Amino acid sequence: MARPAVSIRNVGKTWDVEGRPPLRAIDDLSFDVAPGEFVVLLGPSGCGKSSLLYMIAGLESVSNGVIEDDGLAISGPSPERGLIFQEASLFPWLTILDNVAFGLAIRAELPERRREKAREILRRVGLGDALDKKPDELSGGMRQRAAFARALVMQPRVLMMDEPFAALDVQTRAKLQDFLLQIWQDSRASVLLVTHSIDEAISLADRVIVFTARPGRVKAIVPIDLPRPRPTRSPRYHEYRDYFTELLAAEVDKAFAEQSGL
Amino acid sequence: MAIETAVASSVSGTVSPAATARNWRKARRRIAAFGWAALSIGLFALIWEALWYVGKINPLLLPPPHLFLQDIPGTLIFFDRSNRVGSVASGGGVGALGITMFWTVFRVFTGLALGFVSGVAVGAALHYIRWLRNLLMPTVLLLAPISPVAWLPVAIFVFGIGDVPAIFLVFITVFFTIVLSTSAQIESVPVNYIHVARIMGATQTQLFWRVILPAILPSLFMTLRLNLFGAWMVVLIAETVGVGTGLGQIISMARATFNAKLVFFTMAVIGALGFLSDWGLRQIQRRMLWWVAPQRGGL
Repeated sequence: MARPAVSIRNVGKTWDVEGRPPLRAIDDLSFDVAPGEFVVLLGPSGCGKSSLLYMIAGLESVSNGVIEDDGLAISGPSPERGLIFQEASLFPWLTILDNVAFGLAIRAELPERRREKAREILRRVGLGDALDKKPDELSGGMRQRAAFARALVMQPRVLMMDEPFAALDVQTRAKLQDFLLQIWQDSRASVLLVTHSIDEAISLADRVIVFTARPGRVKAIVPIDLPRPRPTRSPRYHEYRDYFTELLAAEVDKAFAEQSGL
Repeated sequence: MAIETAVASSVSGTVSPAATARNWRKARRRIAAFGWAALSIGLFALIWEALWYVGKINPLLLPPPHLFLQDIPGTLIFFDRSNRVGSVASGGGVGALGITMFWTVFRVFTGLALGFVSGVAVGAALHYIRWLRNLLMPTVLLLAPISPVAWLPVAIFVFGIGDVPAIFLVFITVFFTIVLSTSAQIESVPVNYIHVARIMGATQTQLFWRVILPAILPSLFMTLRLNLFGAWMVVLIAETVGVGTGLGQIISMARATFNAKLVFFTMAVIGALGFLSDWGLRQIQRRMLWWVAPQRGGL
Protein backbone atom coordinates (compact mmCIF):
# COMPACT_ATOMS: atom_id res chain seq x y z
CA MET A 1 0.00 0.00 0.00
CA ALA A 2 1.21 3.49 -0.84
CA ARG A 3 2.57 5.69 1.92
CA PRO A 4 -0.25 7.80 3.44
CA ALA A 5 -0.34 11.48 2.48
CA VAL A 6 -1.01 12.42 6.09
CA SER A 7 -0.56 10.14 9.04
CA ILE A 8 -1.90 11.09 12.45
CA ARG A 9 -0.41 9.01 15.30
CA ASN A 10 -1.73 9.24 18.87
CA VAL A 11 -2.17 12.99 18.59
CA GLY A 12 -3.36 14.99 21.58
CA LYS A 13 -3.87 18.73 22.08
CA THR A 14 -4.18 20.49 25.40
CA TRP A 15 -4.89 24.21 25.60
CA ASP A 16 -3.10 25.91 28.45
CA VAL A 17 -4.76 29.23 29.18
CA GLU A 18 -3.37 31.14 32.10
CA GLY A 19 -5.59 31.10 35.16
CA ARG A 20 -7.75 28.21 33.94
CA PRO A 21 -7.44 24.46 34.20
CA PRO A 22 -5.78 22.96 31.11
CA LEU A 23 -8.36 22.04 28.47
CA ARG A 24 -7.96 18.76 26.61
CA ALA A 25 -9.27 19.43 23.11
CA ILE A 26 -8.05 16.27 21.38
CA ASP A 27 -7.05 12.96 22.92
CA ASP A 28 -5.14 10.08 21.37
CA LEU A 29 -6.27 10.50 17.80
CA SER A 30 -4.98 8.22 15.05
CA PHE A 31 -5.90 7.83 11.41
CA ASP A 32 -4.32 8.03 7.94
CA VAL A 33 -5.27 9.93 4.83
CA ALA A 34 -4.40 8.21 1.56
CA PRO A 35 -3.02 10.20 -1.39
CA GLY A 36 -5.94 11.62 -3.36
CA GLU A 37 -8.47 10.65 -0.74
CA PHE A 38 -11.39 12.87 0.28
CA VAL A 39 -11.80 12.72 4.05
CA VAL A 40 -14.49 14.60 5.95
CA LEU A 41 -14.11 15.28 9.66
CA LEU A 42 -17.57 15.35 11.23
CA GLY A 43 -18.33 16.16 14.83
CA PRO A 44 -20.14 18.40 17.31
CA SER A 45 -18.77 21.93 17.69
CA GLY A 46 -15.84 22.24 20.05
CA CYS A 47 -14.66 18.66 19.44
CA GLY A 48 -11.25 19.82 18.22
CA LYS A 49 -11.66 19.02 14.54
CA SER A 50 -10.58 22.52 13.50
CA SER A 51 -7.63 22.36 15.90
CA LEU A 52 -6.56 19.17 14.15
CA LEU A 53 -6.56 20.96 10.77
CA TYR A 54 -4.44 23.79 12.19
CA MET A 55 -1.99 21.22 13.54
CA ILE A 56 -1.77 19.42 10.20
CA ALA A 57 -1.27 22.81 8.54
CA GLY A 58 1.62 23.38 10.94
CA LEU A 59 0.12 26.54 12.43
CA GLU A 60 -0.37 24.92 15.85
CA SER A 61 1.90 22.46 17.60
CA VAL A 62 0.75 19.05 18.82
CA SER A 63 0.84 18.39 22.58
CA ASN A 64 1.29 14.61 22.20
CA GLY A 65 1.95 12.22 19.38
CA VAL A 66 3.10 13.03 15.88
CA ILE A 67 1.64 14.10 12.54
CA GLU A 68 3.54 12.95 9.47
CA ASP A 69 3.26 14.52 6.06
CA ASP A 70 4.39 12.00 3.43
CA GLY A 71 6.45 10.22 6.07
CA LEU A 72 8.06 13.30 7.64
CA ALA A 73 7.01 14.83 10.96
CA ILE A 74 5.43 18.25 10.45
CA SER A 75 7.52 21.09 11.83
CA GLY A 76 5.81 24.17 10.37
CA PRO A 77 3.44 25.47 7.70
CA SER A 78 4.02 24.71 4.03
CA PRO A 79 2.28 25.60 0.76
CA GLU A 80 2.11 21.83 0.14
CA ARG A 81 -0.61 21.75 2.79
CA GLY A 82 -3.11 24.43 1.81
CA LEU A 83 -5.78 25.64 4.22
CA ILE A 84 -9.10 27.27 3.31
CA PHE A 85 -11.20 29.03 5.95
CA GLN A 86 -14.87 29.72 6.42
CA GLU A 87 -14.17 33.28 5.30
CA ALA A 88 -12.28 33.65 2.04
CA SER A 89 -9.75 35.92 3.83
CA LEU A 90 -8.52 37.50 0.61
CA PHE A 91 -6.29 40.55 1.07
CA PRO A 92 -8.45 43.61 0.32
CA TRP A 93 -5.42 45.58 -0.92
CA LEU A 94 -4.69 43.16 -3.76
CA THR A 95 -6.69 42.44 -6.90
CA ILE A 96 -8.08 38.93 -7.29
CA LEU A 97 -5.20 38.10 -9.62
CA ASP A 98 -2.55 39.36 -7.19
CA ASN A 99 -4.25 37.58 -4.29
CA VAL A 100 -3.96 34.29 -6.15
CA ALA A 101 -0.38 35.08 -7.17
CA PHE A 102 0.57 36.02 -3.59
CA GLY A 103 2.16 32.68 -2.69
CA LEU A 104 4.11 32.65 -5.96
CA ALA A 105 5.37 36.15 -5.22
CA ILE A 106 6.54 35.00 -1.79
CA ARG A 107 8.35 32.20 -3.55
CA ALA A 108 9.96 34.93 -5.75
CA GLU A 109 8.68 33.63 -9.07
CA LEU A 110 8.98 36.08 -11.95
CA PRO A 111 6.04 38.50 -12.26
CA GLU A 112 5.10 37.40 -15.78
CA ARG A 113 5.19 33.74 -14.88
CA ARG A 114 3.15 34.05 -11.70
CA ARG A 115 0.49 36.16 -13.41
CA GLU A 116 0.31 33.53 -16.11
CA LYS A 117 -0.20 30.74 -13.57
CA ALA A 118 -2.70 32.73 -11.52
CA ARG A 119 -4.67 33.69 -14.64
CA GLU A 120 -4.78 30.06 -15.73
CA ILE A 121 -6.05 28.80 -12.39
CA LEU A 122 -8.61 31.61 -12.07
CA ARG A 123 -9.96 30.67 -15.48
CA ARG A 124 -10.29 27.11 -14.25
CA VAL A 125 -12.34 28.16 -11.23
CA GLY A 126 -14.54 30.31 -13.47
CA LEU A 127 -13.21 33.72 -12.40
CA GLY A 128 -11.48 34.56 -15.68
CA ASP A 129 -13.48 37.81 -15.90
CA ALA A 130 -12.75 38.99 -12.37
CA LEU A 131 -8.93 39.17 -12.48
CA ASP A 132 -8.66 42.90 -11.79
CA LYS A 133 -11.57 43.17 -9.36
CA LYS A 134 -11.19 43.97 -5.68
CA PRO A 135 -12.29 41.22 -3.28
CA ASP A 136 -15.12 43.51 -2.01
CA GLU A 137 -16.58 43.57 -5.48
CA LEU A 138 -17.21 39.82 -5.60
CA SER A 139 -20.02 37.77 -4.07
CA GLY A 140 -19.31 35.40 -1.17
CA GLY A 141 -19.27 32.35 -3.44
CA MET A 142 -16.89 33.99 -5.91
CA ARG A 143 -14.58 35.07 -3.11
CA GLN A 144 -14.48 31.50 -1.81
CA ARG A 145 -13.63 30.25 -5.31
CA ALA A 146 -10.78 32.77 -5.43
CA ALA A 147 -9.58 31.39 -2.09
CA PHE A 148 -9.61 27.89 -3.62
CA ALA A 149 -7.58 29.23 -6.54
CA ARG A 150 -5.08 30.83 -4.16
CA ALA A 151 -4.51 27.45 -2.47
CA LEU A 152 -4.56 25.43 -5.71
CA VAL A 153 -2.00 27.57 -7.53
CA MET A 154 0.60 26.30 -5.04
CA GLN A 155 -0.18 22.73 -6.19
CA PRO A 156 -0.76 21.38 -2.69
CA ARG A 157 -0.70 17.66 -1.99
CA VAL A 158 -3.13 18.14 0.88
CA LEU A 159 -5.97 20.64 0.79
CA MET A 160 -7.61 21.37 4.13
CA MET A 161 -10.88 23.20 4.57
CA ASP A 162 -12.36 24.49 7.79
CA GLU A 163 -16.13 24.65 7.18
CA PRO A 164 -15.55 26.35 3.81
CA PHE A 165 -19.23 26.58 2.89
CA ALA A 166 -20.72 27.51 6.26
CA ALA A 167 -20.99 31.24 5.45
CA LEU A 168 -22.72 30.71 2.10
CA ASP A 169 -26.39 30.45 1.18
CA VAL A 170 -27.84 27.02 0.34
CA GLN A 171 -27.81 27.35 -3.46
CA THR A 172 -24.26 28.68 -3.58
CA ARG A 173 -23.18 25.96 -1.19
CA ALA A 174 -24.53 23.17 -3.43
CA LYS A 175 -22.83 24.70 -6.46
CA LEU A 176 -19.50 25.06 -4.69
CA GLN A 177 -19.65 21.48 -3.40
CA ASP A 178 -19.96 20.20 -6.99
CA PHE A 179 -17.19 22.56 -7.97
CA LEU A 180 -14.97 21.29 -5.14
CA LEU A 181 -15.44 17.66 -6.25
CA GLN A 182 -14.43 18.67 -9.73
CA ILE A 183 -11.24 20.48 -8.73
CA TRP A 184 -10.42 17.67 -6.31
CA GLN A 185 -10.64 15.12 -9.14
CA ASP A 186 -8.53 17.37 -11.40
CA SER A 187 -5.80 18.08 -8.87
CA ARG A 188 -5.61 14.62 -7.27
CA ALA A 189 -4.76 16.26 -3.94
CA SER A 190 -5.94 14.71 -0.68
CA VAL A 191 -8.75 16.74 0.84
CA LEU A 192 -9.51 17.07 4.55
CA LEU A 193 -12.75 18.93 5.11
CA VAL A 194 -14.20 19.89 8.48
CA THR A 195 -17.96 20.25 8.77
CA HIS A 196 -20.83 19.69 11.15
CA SER A 197 -23.26 19.09 8.28
CA ILE A 198 -24.14 15.43 7.81
CA ASP A 199 -25.39 16.02 4.27
CA GLU A 200 -22.16 17.70 3.29
CA ALA A 201 -20.20 14.77 4.68
CA ILE A 202 -22.24 12.15 2.79
CA SER A 203 -22.28 13.97 -0.53
CA LEU A 204 -18.54 14.69 -0.57
CA ALA A 205 -16.50 12.13 1.35
CA ASP A 206 -14.67 8.93 0.48
CA ARG A 207 -14.44 8.39 4.22
CA VAL A 208 -16.08 10.21 7.10
CA ILE A 209 -14.28 10.40 10.42
CA VAL A 210 -16.77 11.00 13.22
CA PHE A 211 -15.41 12.74 16.30
CA THR A 212 -16.59 12.38 19.86
CA ALA A 213 -17.41 15.40 22.01
CA ARG A 214 -14.49 17.05 23.82
CA PRO A 215 -11.87 15.71 24.22
CA GLY A 216 -12.08 14.75 20.54
CA ARG A 217 -11.41 11.10 19.71
CA VAL A 218 -12.27 8.99 16.71
CA LYS A 219 -15.76 7.63 17.31
CA ALA A 220 -16.21 5.93 13.95
CA ILE A 221 -14.58 5.80 10.53
CA VAL A 222 -17.24 5.34 7.88
CA PRO A 223 -16.39 4.77 4.20
CA ILE A 224 -19.13 6.19 1.96
CA ASP A 225 -19.78 3.53 -0.59
CA LEU A 226 -21.87 5.48 -3.09
CA PRO A 227 -20.99 6.35 -6.68
CA ARG A 228 -20.70 10.07 -7.41
CA PRO A 229 -22.77 12.11 -8.06
CA ARG A 230 -24.82 11.16 -5.05
CA PRO A 231 -28.53 11.90 -5.28
CA THR A 232 -29.94 12.75 -1.84
CA ARG A 233 -33.10 10.75 -2.57
CA SER A 234 -31.48 7.30 -2.80
CA PRO A 235 -32.31 4.83 0.03
CA ARG A 236 -28.60 4.20 0.72
CA TYR A 237 -28.09 7.93 1.25
CA HIS A 238 -30.84 7.89 3.84
CA GLU A 239 -29.34 4.91 5.60
CA TYR A 240 -26.07 6.81 5.95
CA ARG A 241 -27.95 9.86 7.08
CA ASP A 242 -29.78 8.00 9.85
CA TYR A 243 -26.59 6.28 10.92
CA PHE A 244 -24.64 9.55 11.25
CA THR A 245 -27.56 11.28 12.97
CA GLU A 246 -27.60 8.55 15.58
CA LEU A 247 -23.81 8.64 16.04
CA LEU A 248 -23.79 12.40 16.46
CA ALA A 249 -26.87 12.67 18.66
CA ALA A 250 -25.12 10.88 21.53
CA GLU A 251 -22.08 13.17 21.21
CA VAL A 252 -24.10 16.36 20.99
CA ASP A 253 -25.92 15.30 24.18
CA LYS A 254 -22.57 14.78 25.88
CA ALA A 255 -21.31 18.17 24.70
CA PHE A 256 -24.44 19.82 26.07
CA ALA A 257 -24.15 18.00 29.37
CA GLU A 258 -20.56 19.17 29.76
CA GLN A 259 -21.44 22.76 28.94
CA SER A 260 -24.31 22.93 31.42
CA GLY A 261 -22.17 21.13 34.02
CA LEU A 262 -19.55 23.88 33.94
CA MET B 1 -23.71 31.35 -26.41
CA ALA B 2 -25.84 34.24 -27.63
CA ILE B 3 -25.93 35.65 -24.13
CA GLU B 4 -22.17 35.44 -23.81
CA THR B 5 -21.64 37.40 -27.03
CA ALA B 6 -24.11 40.02 -25.92
CA VAL B 7 -22.29 40.44 -22.61
CA ALA B 8 -18.92 40.58 -24.34
CA SER B 9 -20.03 43.28 -26.76
CA SER B 10 -21.47 45.44 -24.02
CA VAL B 11 -18.20 45.17 -22.08
CA SER B 12 -15.96 45.92 -25.05
CA GLY B 13 -18.15 48.77 -26.38
CA THR B 14 -16.48 52.12 -25.63
CA VAL B 15 -19.37 54.24 -24.34
CA SER B 16 -22.39 52.28 -23.26
CA PRO B 17 -25.57 54.15 -22.33
CA ALA B 18 -25.18 52.89 -18.77
CA ALA B 19 -21.74 54.47 -18.46
CA THR B 20 -23.01 57.77 -19.84
CA ALA B 21 -25.84 57.78 -17.33
CA ARG B 22 -23.38 57.02 -14.55
CA ASN B 23 -21.08 59.87 -15.57
CA TRP B 24 -24.01 62.24 -15.73
CA ARG B 25 -25.16 61.21 -12.25
CA LYS B 26 -21.63 61.73 -10.95
CA ALA B 27 -21.39 65.19 -12.52
CA ARG B 28 -24.76 66.14 -11.06
CA ARG B 29 -23.70 65.00 -7.60
CA ARG B 30 -20.57 67.09 -7.88
CA ILE B 31 -22.43 70.21 -8.97
CA ALA B 32 -24.89 69.72 -6.12
CA ALA B 33 -22.05 69.35 -3.58
CA PHE B 34 -20.43 72.52 -4.91
CA GLY B 35 -23.73 74.35 -4.76
CA TRP B 36 -24.31 73.42 -1.14
CA ALA B 37 -20.75 74.47 -0.23
CA ALA B 38 -21.25 77.87 -1.90
CA LEU B 39 -24.61 78.29 -0.17
CA SER B 40 -23.16 77.38 3.23
CA ILE B 41 -20.23 79.80 3.01
CA GLY B 42 -22.36 82.48 1.33
CA LEU B 43 -24.94 82.34 4.10
CA PHE B 44 -22.25 82.64 6.77
CA ALA B 45 -20.77 85.70 5.05
CA LEU B 46 -24.21 87.18 4.46
CA ILE B 47 -25.19 87.02 8.14
CA TRP B 48 -21.88 88.62 9.06
CA GLU B 49 -22.38 91.41 6.49
CA ALA B 50 -25.99 91.92 7.61
CA LEU B 51 -24.95 92.31 11.25
CA TRP B 52 -22.41 94.90 10.15
CA TYR B 53 -24.99 96.65 7.96
CA VAL B 54 -27.46 97.08 10.80
CA GLY B 55 -24.62 98.26 13.01
CA LYS B 56 -24.63 95.36 15.44
CA ILE B 57 -20.88 94.70 15.11
CA ASN B 58 -17.95 97.08 15.14
CA PRO B 59 -15.98 96.91 11.84
CA LEU B 60 -12.77 97.77 13.69
CA LEU B 61 -13.04 94.55 15.73
CA LEU B 62 -14.96 92.21 13.40
CA PRO B 63 -14.61 93.60 9.87
CA PRO B 64 -16.95 91.65 7.52
CA PRO B 65 -15.50 89.94 4.40
CA HIS B 66 -15.96 92.83 1.98
CA LEU B 67 -13.86 95.05 4.26
CA PHE B 68 -10.94 92.67 4.89
CA LEU B 69 -10.88 91.55 1.27
CA GLN B 70 -11.24 95.04 -0.29
CA ASP B 71 -7.64 96.18 0.03
CA ILE B 72 -5.60 93.08 -0.62
CA PRO B 73 -2.46 94.88 -1.87
CA GLY B 74 -2.58 97.03 1.27
CA THR B 75 -2.89 93.91 3.41
CA LEU B 76 -0.09 92.11 1.63
CA ILE B 77 2.38 94.84 2.62
CA PHE B 78 2.63 93.10 5.97
CA PHE B 79 3.91 89.84 4.47
CA ASP B 80 7.62 89.27 4.12
CA ARG B 81 9.55 87.57 1.36
CA SER B 82 12.33 86.22 3.54
CA ASN B 83 12.04 83.46 6.11
CA ARG B 84 14.27 85.39 8.51
CA VAL B 85 13.26 85.84 12.08
CA GLY B 86 12.29 89.39 13.02
CA SER B 87 12.90 90.86 9.57
CA VAL B 88 10.86 93.97 8.88
CA ALA B 89 8.09 93.38 6.36
CA SER B 90 9.51 94.13 2.95
CA GLY B 91 6.18 95.17 1.47
CA GLY B 92 5.95 91.90 -0.29
CA GLY B 93 2.78 91.51 -2.39
CA VAL B 94 1.47 88.21 -3.68
CA GLY B 95 4.92 86.61 -3.84
CA ALA B 96 5.47 87.32 -0.15
CA LEU B 97 2.08 85.85 0.69
CA GLY B 98 3.02 82.75 -1.27
CA ILE B 99 6.37 82.43 0.49
CA THR B 100 4.80 82.85 3.92
CA MET B 101 2.17 80.24 3.10
CA PHE B 102 4.81 77.90 1.76
CA TRP B 103 6.84 77.95 4.97
CA THR B 104 3.84 77.25 7.16
CA VAL B 105 2.64 74.42 4.92
CA PHE B 106 6.18 73.08 4.75
CA ARG B 107 6.38 72.91 8.55
CA VAL B 108 3.02 71.17 8.80
CA PHE B 109 3.79 68.51 6.23
CA THR B 110 7.39 67.89 7.28
CA GLY B 111 6.22 67.40 10.86
CA LEU B 112 3.37 65.13 9.78
CA ALA B 113 5.57 63.00 7.54
CA LEU B 114 8.32 62.61 10.17
CA GLY B 115 5.76 61.87 12.89
CA PHE B 116 3.89 59.34 10.77
CA VAL B 117 6.90 57.38 9.55
CA SER B 118 8.71 57.28 12.88
CA GLY B 119 5.43 56.65 14.73
CA VAL B 120 4.74 53.56 12.63
CA ALA B 121 8.34 52.39 13.02
CA VAL B 122 8.38 52.83 16.79
CA GLY B 123 4.85 51.39 17.17
CA ALA B 124 5.82 48.29 15.20
CA ALA B 125 9.04 47.90 17.18
CA LEU B 126 7.07 48.14 20.43
CA HIS B 127 4.73 45.45 19.18
CA TYR B 128 7.39 42.99 18.08
CA ILE B 129 10.14 43.46 20.68
CA ARG B 130 8.81 42.40 24.05
CA TRP B 131 11.52 43.95 26.26
CA LEU B 132 11.42 47.21 24.34
CA ARG B 133 7.67 47.33 24.88
CA ASN B 134 8.06 46.72 28.60
CA LEU B 135 10.78 49.34 28.77
CA LEU B 136 9.20 52.13 26.71
CA MET B 137 5.42 51.70 26.92
CA PRO B 138 5.01 53.31 30.38
CA THR B 139 6.93 56.39 29.24
CA VAL B 140 4.95 56.60 25.99
CA LEU B 141 1.70 56.41 27.94
CA LEU B 142 2.96 59.12 30.28
CA LEU B 143 4.02 61.49 27.48
CA ALA B 144 1.14 60.85 25.07
CA PRO B 145 -1.54 62.88 26.87
CA ILE B 146 0.67 65.99 27.27
CA SER B 147 -0.62 68.72 24.98
CA PRO B 148 1.85 69.54 22.20
CA VAL B 149 1.61 73.19 23.23
CA ALA B 150 3.21 72.27 26.54
CA TRP B 151 6.22 71.03 24.58
CA LEU B 152 6.76 74.50 23.09
CA PRO B 153 9.25 75.80 25.70
CA VAL B 154 11.13 72.51 25.52
CA ALA B 155 11.27 72.79 21.74
CA ILE B 156 12.71 76.30 21.97
CA PHE B 157 15.20 75.37 24.72
CA VAL B 158 16.49 72.46 22.68
CA PHE B 159 16.23 73.66 19.09
CA GLY B 160 16.36 77.46 19.49
CA ILE B 161 14.32 79.89 17.41
CA GLY B 162 13.65 78.74 13.84
CA ASP B 163 11.86 76.12 11.78
CA VAL B 164 12.78 73.15 13.90
CA PRO B 165 10.65 73.85 17.00
CA ALA B 166 7.54 74.28 14.82
CA ILE B 167 8.24 71.03 12.95
CA PHE B 168 8.95 69.34 16.25
CA LEU B 169 5.61 70.43 17.67
CA VAL B 170 3.71 69.04 14.68
CA PHE B 171 5.77 65.88 15.02
CA ILE B 172 4.73 65.53 18.67
CA THR B 173 1.08 66.07 17.74
CA VAL B 174 0.99 62.94 15.60
CA PHE B 175 3.88 60.83 16.88
CA PHE B 176 2.44 59.38 20.10
CA THR B 177 -1.01 58.85 18.63
CA ILE B 178 0.47 56.96 15.69
CA VAL B 179 2.74 54.89 17.97
CA LEU B 180 -0.19 53.78 20.12
CA SER B 181 -2.53 53.21 17.23
CA THR B 182 0.08 51.21 15.25
CA SER B 183 0.62 48.93 18.20
CA ALA B 184 -3.12 48.45 18.67
CA GLN B 185 -3.84 47.97 14.97
CA ILE B 186 -1.22 45.26 14.55
CA GLU B 187 -3.02 43.31 17.28
CA SER B 188 -6.27 43.48 15.37
CA VAL B 189 -5.04 42.29 11.96
CA PRO B 190 -7.29 39.30 11.11
CA VAL B 191 -5.43 36.17 12.18
CA ASN B 192 -6.35 34.36 8.95
CA TYR B 193 -4.35 36.91 6.92
CA ILE B 194 -1.32 35.89 8.94
CA HIS B 195 -2.15 32.18 8.58
CA VAL B 196 -2.42 32.54 4.80
CA ALA B 197 0.94 34.28 4.58
CA ARG B 198 2.62 31.73 6.85
CA ILE B 199 1.27 28.80 4.82
CA MET B 200 2.60 30.44 1.67
CA GLY B 201 6.00 30.47 3.34
CA ALA B 202 6.34 34.19 4.10
CA THR B 203 9.25 35.21 6.34
CA GLN B 204 8.65 37.60 9.25
CA THR B 205 9.91 40.50 7.10
CA GLN B 206 7.67 39.58 4.17
CA LEU B 207 4.76 39.15 6.58
CA PHE B 208 5.26 42.68 7.89
CA TRP B 209 5.72 44.51 4.58
CA ARG B 210 3.21 42.54 2.52
CA VAL B 211 0.45 41.80 5.03
CA ILE B 212 0.66 43.66 8.34
CA LEU B 213 1.54 47.08 6.94
CA PRO B 214 -1.10 47.17 4.17
CA ALA B 215 -3.66 45.84 6.64
CA ILE B 216 -3.07 48.63 9.19
CA LEU B 217 -2.27 51.51 6.82
CA PRO B 218 -5.87 52.64 6.13
CA SER B 219 -6.76 53.21 9.77
CA LEU B 220 -3.35 54.79 10.48
CA PHE B 221 -3.89 57.19 7.63
CA MET B 222 -7.31 58.02 9.05
CA THR B 223 -5.64 58.79 12.39
CA LEU B 224 -3.21 61.05 10.53
CA ARG B 225 -6.04 62.91 8.84
CA LEU B 226 -7.90 63.40 12.12
CA ASN B 227 -4.75 64.93 13.57
CA LEU B 228 -4.20 67.28 10.62
CA PHE B 229 -6.25 70.08 12.15
CA GLY B 230 -4.39 69.63 15.42
CA ALA B 231 -1.16 70.03 13.47
CA TRP B 232 -2.44 73.26 11.95
CA MET B 233 -3.33 74.64 15.38
CA VAL B 234 0.05 73.78 16.80
CA VAL B 235 2.10 75.17 13.93
CA LEU B 236 0.45 78.58 14.27
CA ILE B 237 1.21 78.70 17.98
CA ALA B 238 4.78 77.63 17.33
CA GLU B 239 5.18 80.30 14.65
CA THR B 240 3.82 82.95 16.97
CA VAL B 241 6.24 82.13 19.74
CA GLY B 242 9.12 80.01 18.59
CA VAL B 243 9.75 80.72 14.92
CA GLY B 244 9.07 84.33 14.19
CA THR B 245 7.91 83.81 10.61
CA GLY B 246 4.92 82.31 8.85
CA LEU B 247 1.18 82.82 9.08
CA GLY B 248 1.13 82.43 12.85
CA GLN B 249 3.61 85.27 13.20
CA ILE B 250 1.47 87.48 10.91
CA ILE B 251 -1.59 86.85 13.11
CA SER B 252 0.41 87.65 16.20
CA MET B 253 1.75 90.88 14.67
CA ALA B 254 -1.75 91.84 13.52
CA ARG B 255 -3.01 91.40 17.06
CA ALA B 256 -0.16 93.48 18.45
CA THR B 257 -0.83 96.30 15.97
CA PHE B 258 -4.62 96.04 16.32
CA ASN B 259 -5.04 95.29 12.60
CA ALA B 260 -8.34 93.41 12.52
CA LYS B 261 -8.44 93.32 8.72
CA LEU B 262 -5.08 91.58 8.60
CA VAL B 263 -6.25 89.13 11.27
CA PHE B 264 -9.30 88.08 9.30
CA PHE B 265 -7.49 88.03 5.98
CA THR B 266 -4.87 85.69 7.43
CA MET B 267 -7.57 83.58 9.06
CA ALA B 268 -9.25 83.18 5.69
CA VAL B 269 -5.92 82.09 4.18
CA ILE B 270 -5.39 79.59 7.01
CA GLY B 271 -8.91 78.22 6.57
CA ALA B 272 -8.37 77.72 2.86
CA LEU B 273 -4.98 76.09 3.41
CA GLY B 274 -6.38 73.76 6.08
CA PHE B 275 -9.14 72.70 3.73
CA LEU B 276 -6.72 72.22 0.84
CA SER B 277 -4.27 70.17 2.90
CA ASP B 278 -7.08 67.84 4.01
CA TRP B 279 -8.10 67.55 0.37
CA GLY B 280 -4.47 66.78 -0.49
CA LEU B 281 -4.30 64.00 2.11
CA ARG B 282 -7.55 62.63 0.75
CA GLN B 283 -6.02 62.48 -2.72
CA ILE B 284 -2.97 60.68 -1.35
CA GLN B 285 -5.31 58.26 0.39
CA ARG B 286 -7.22 57.61 -2.83
CA ARG B 287 -4.06 56.91 -4.80
CA MET B 288 -2.13 54.90 -2.23
CA LEU B 289 -4.98 53.17 -0.39
CA TRP B 290 -7.11 52.51 -3.43
CA TRP B 291 -8.79 49.45 -1.94
CA VAL B 292 -10.49 51.37 0.86
CA ALA B 293 -14.08 51.88 -0.26
CA PRO B 294 -15.08 55.56 -0.23
CA GLN B 295 -17.86 54.97 2.28
CA ARG B 296 -15.50 53.27 4.74
CA GLY B 297 -12.92 55.70 6.07
CA GLY B 298 -13.13 57.54 2.77
CA LEU B 299 -15.07 60.79 2.71
